[in-house]
Amino acid sequence: MSKHLIDLVNIKKEFDGEPILRGINLYIRDKEFITLLGPSGCGKTTTLRIIGGFETPTSGDVLFEGKRLNDVPPYKREINTVFQRYALFPHLNVAENIAFGLHIRKMPADEIARKVSRMLELVGLKGFENRDVTSLSGGQQQRVAIARALVMEPRVLLLDEPLGALDLKLRKEMQFELKRIQQSTGITFIYVTHDQEEALTMSDTIVVMNRGHIQQIGTPTDIYNEPVNAFVADFIGESNILPGTMLKDRLVRFCTHDFVCVDEGFGEMTPVDVVIRPEDLKITPTEQAQLTGIVESIVFKGVHYEMMVRTEHFTFTVHSTQCETVGKAVGLSVDPFDIHIMHKSEQEGGQMEEKR
Amino acid sequence: MKKNMAYPYGVWMVVFIVCPILLIVLYAFSDSAGGFTVENFAGIVEYWPIFVRSFVLALISTVICLILGYPLAYIMSRQPPQRQQLYMTLIMLPMWMNFLLRTYAWMSILENKGFINQFLNQIGLISFLQNHFGYTLDYIPLINTSGAVVLGMVYNFLPFMVLPIYTVLIKLDPKIIEAAQDLGAPMRIVFQRVIFPLSLPGVISGITMVFVPSVSTFVISKLLGGGKYMLIGDLIDLEFMGNAYNPQLGSAIALVMMGLIFLCMWVMNKFDDGSSEEGGLML
Repeated sequence: MSKHLIDLVNIKKEFDGEPILRGINLYIRDKEFITLLGPSGCGKTTTLRIIGGFETPTSGDVLFEGKRLNDVPPYKREINTVFQRYALFPHLNVAENIAFGLHIRKMPADEIARKVSRMLELVGLKGFENRDVTSLSGGQQQRVAIARALVMEPRVLLLDEPLGALDLKLRKEMQFELKRIQQSTGITFIYVTHDQEEALTMSDTIVVMNRGHIQQIGTPTDIYNEPVNAFVADFIGESNILPGTMLKDRLVRFCTHDFVCVDEGFGEMTPVDVVIRPEDLKITPTEQAQLTGIVESIVFKGVHYEMMVRTEHFTFTVHSTQCETVGKAVGLSVDPFDIHIMHKSEQEGGQMEEKR
Repeated sequence: MKKNMAYPYGVWMVVFIVCPILLIVLYAFSDSAGGFTVENFAGIVEYWPIFVRSFVLALISTVICLILGYPLAYIMSRQPPQRQQLYMTLIMLPMWMNFLLRTYAWMSILENKGFINQFLNQIGLISFLQNHFGYTLDYIPLINTSGAVVLGMVYNFLPFMVLPIYTVLIKLDPKIIEAAQDLGAPMRIVFQRVIFPLSLPGVISGITMVFVPSVSTFVISKLLGGGKYMLIGDLIDLEFMGNAYNPQLGSAIALVMMGLIFLCMWVMNKFDDGSSEEGGLML
């Protein structure tokens, strides 16, 4: 599991002099499900296209099992792609679309037929062989695109926001499907998305990117529980991010109060970002609370209520299953281990890469 | 409301499209006294060679237009947007110049003492031919040949081949080409299996837009063919405007030509359906 399949070594990419990737260092292990996550324009799709061979890096190397891949054209790479809007061949039917790559390999017709029907079964489109691809729904087209790439039995499958155009319910189903397919085939999946929930659900490893830099690499749990900076904390899930001062080890001041926390090594009197997840804030009677505030608004979110609680210095987002009333004065408490302390995030970030 | 809006167009179509066609049908089936007859169609038989010539020359021109036009459209569609604009203008520009003028220009280029022959004289090719091959003329006959007629057609109608193909090609999603490469296809196969089949609608309309005016042209054959290569268009012109004044026969010829063009287009479209399933192995 720990074998490096792909290495990206100090990849930089510019378009018309504008830097898109500012030095990406990343390795991808065999058989893992790795997700590149970030807001649009962060360089995640460009990274994927460089791995697929559709862009060449301005500098840096792409290695595949240690061999330099930079100048290998896409059609010679053991890598296949599921494109964002599927890019199916509109003049071919479902079976012909899936068989396209096998025909190019000059595989015998009976073998192609066998593989195509096995693929259709895998993606749940049995009986759709002769259907026109343009007559299919988005979800079905998506499945054809996945089948068309998987039938090539690639070492690596690249997926560029493959579920972006689907509705929520279908997206959840396909997330599960993709994970199942990845586990049953043992193919390395490199997945690009801007949807943090999708990344958390499916990935073995998440790579959070912003402005052409890798911000953090880690398991979903690591990324969610131990974000390295305010950007990651904000991007992964909802967060209250507020300025604070680290007074000394395990003591932080924010909102003019001192709080016990569990972080050490920030020095004394250091300005920091304090991150508290909305679900970690507990509403308590005002007399036993660390902070007090007024409930400003309540939105029902299904599983919980989302409340905005305005204190003297900061308006907190609080998730609770218990409903308060607007205008009521409430207290807020937080446990020491739920207070996350971060270095003030530098705009360019990037100092955190390769921590994994 | 929508129905009312369409009304003027309906009137327009009836007055200017349906009525004239009915008039031509009426003429084609009447004799000079106005009685019903099918004699006009029997009379067409003797002009059969002109029909064959028209269709052959139009077919040759269309094929040449396709061979020249497709690569041009393809290359254009691969250029950066600004350069595409430039090429587009260059292709359109001659079309803004009067059609007759352009054809006259070709006359003066192709004449026996025209631009090309003068040039060949200058470099000594003609005297070379005379001295070594017993060539007797002091020029190379260019004008008043079927080649000149084909040249005129290709020159005038080439943009009608390029534009529809180009329009289809620039609308092609580049992701589809990437997908084909991703699945192991080098560029040659991507073209064969993906780009060409998907551009067929443009090719079909290009062929139609070149073939139909080529088959019915009369100015080009008159000016560049010197009357030696009479085409259906010239024949119809003659029946209505010339000495052989016989609008009934002219109408019958026009009707037959229309029928033949319809037939060609129908075959063409059949061919399109067939070949797109085969993955476009036409080239």
